[in-house]
Amino acid sequence: MTALLRITPQLLTLAALMAMVTLFFPGFLKIEFVDGRLVGPVMDILKRGAPVGLLAVGMTLVIATRGIDLSVGTVVAITGAVTAWAITNGYGLGGALVLALAAGAVAGIWNGCLVAIAGIQPIVATLILMTSGRGIAQLVTEGRILTFSHDGLAFFGSGDLLGIPVPALIWLATAIGVTLLMRRTALGLLVEAVGVNRAASALAGVNATVLLIAVYVASGLCAALAGIIATADIRGADANNAGLWLELDAILAVVIGGNSLLGGRFSIAAALLGALIIQTIDTGILLAGFPSEYNLVIKAALVLVILVLQSPNLAGHWYALRRTFGRQPAATTATAKGAKQ
Amino acid sequence: MKSLMMTVAVLALGATASMAQTVGFSQIGSESGWRAAETTLTKQQAEERGIDLKFSDAQQKQENQIAAIRSFIAQGVDAILLAPVVATGWDSVLQEAHEAEIPVVLLDRSVDSDKALYLTAVGSDLVHEGAVAGQWLVDTVAGNDCRVVELQGTTGSSPAIDRKAGFESAIEGHDNIEIVRSQTGDFTRAQGKEVMESFLQAENGGKDICALYAHNDDMAVGAIQAIKEAGLKPGEDILVVSIDAVPDIFQAMAAGEANATVELTPNMAGPAFDALKAYMEDGAEPAKFIQTESKLYTQADDPAGEYERRKDLGY
Repeated sequence: MTALLRITPQLLTLAALMAMVTLFFPGFLKIEFVDGRLVGPVMDILKRGAPVGLLAVGMTLVIATRGIDLSVGTVVAITGAVTAWAITNGYGLGGALVLALAAGAVAGIWNGCLVAIAGIQPIVATLILMTSGRGIAQLVTEGRILTFSHDGLAFFGSGDLLGIPVPALIWLATAIGVTLLMRRTALGLLVEAVGVNRAASALAGVNATVLLIAVYVASGLCAALAGIIATADIRGADANNAGLWLELDAILAVVIGGNSLLGGRFSIAAALLGALIIQTIDTGILLAGFPSEYNLVIKAALVLVILVLQSPNLAGHWYALRRTFGRQPAATTATAKGAKQ
Repeated sequence: MKSLMMTVAVLALGATASMAQTVGFSQIGSESGWRAAETTLTKQQAEERGIDLKFSDAQQKQENQIAAIRSFIAQGVDAILLAPVVATGWDSVLQEAHEAEIPVVLLDRSVDSDKALYLTAVGSDLVHEGAVAGQWLVDTVAGNDCRVVELQGTTGSSPAIDRKAGFESAIEGHDNIEIVRSQTGDFTRAQGKEVMESFLQAENGGKDICALYAHNDDMAVGAIQAIKEAGLKPGEDILVVSIDAVPDIFQAMAAGEANATVELTPNMAGPAFDALKAYMEDGAEPAKFIQTESKLYTQADDPAGEYERRKDLGY
């Protein structure tokens, strides 16, 4: 019940956005069953939202420890390149997936060690991989778009299971798995403790160093899943463009989800709703058919409105405004009543 | 006296022309597959003509290009090819080359300097490319009604603006052809696919779309996958025309999934070397802009063979 209360603002925002898109594009909520799979704009959002959704899961954990992971977009490019490279070099589907996940984990360990052991500030530590990682990805692909034709791998990007797109199932399964791991064990509480006060939680017996490295590894693994999906989707690894600026969308999703960048309490479900809100805006803009020059302006305006509405300070201001302007009419009625008597 | 000097000059020119020439080539860097193919083809063209090519990769930095040109001048090369990374700031180094009487030929992009400072510029006409694509569609639909969706390049970039303008000018006056949806796909496969998915949703599952025009082949390749996943046949149910002629689009054409592409040739060096040869041997001043051919390739032009010819160029 409290969990539901926690994500109510995000649910309301998403519902309002969907209603708005329906105004511009009446067929928005229509879902059809064609050739054994569900087809419709909503299914597209679930599918297209997968990369940002997955990144948001890992990012939520990192942000809960008062960190940030700017490298996830680049890790998407690296792991995507590794996937395509492995499949074209005959490592098979299993080999490709394992290598991609391993690359994501290595990236996470690198970031985690810089933050937890070397003590570099997270924004700087992950910036290193963010800027240099795309070069690593280009080394793997030799600067070309590395294409492959392997139906098993393509299934992860464009296949569907029981009528539902596979990318949507992957982010849903990841989110549920991570949430259970965090909330059915004490792990979530420990992560929050490290985020609130690392020194105090270390003194209380929490192994903060290992925990910090672990959340960055989780973020790397989520990025690896996103990289596999992105590569499988276009049947090729585009080192220049895969995951470009996606870290910003992921951070935005976490923030729209009401999670504080100062660490502490977190909600993965809310961050995922944030990712869906962003994707609904993106898809809605495309469906509405505005000229492309307006895309970013519309997105920026909507995000601004959403964040302002969610601002905790605004509630206080709102209350003050109501008191200032609300007293006048109330007083008049009171006098009117008095005069009547 | 004057005629004697002329004779000497002609003799000297004749001597250099018969010898293996040295040409310096300052390339921007390896920003894209097309750029890599341009480098490969320039080296090939030089080898075919027996020209000694000095190659310098500027890694996307103008100061590296200026340094490379100064070193070419110091080495006393016979000519310089320059693919400028930006349009401004070339005046002084071009002046130095001019004073050293070394002709400079610009490749692919142009500069904002005095036209007297360089021999000529070789490049493609982006508006013309769009027009060739549009004309192909006009001829192909032959008067039938056609609702076109357009995948634009990066918003505000000159290829996106010019290729859009060219296409629109070609279909102007043909009221049977109408662009019903136009969105940016950022020149990438992933965006091309995502935007095409929304076009298909918005246009009755794609049944109302007659043709797709993409500003580059990569977006078309992404869109072709989206069309296939929507249960339609790209190339038949929806005609696909795009620009660039990269190897992967020929693969799609060979499979019948794309219909036409307009070539942005990476062989800018061939016309450049031809112009240099004519200038050095006969003193023929070339025009200030040499437009490369924007050749149209369709499924009838042996796409499988074109793919084989292009796949090793470094795209």
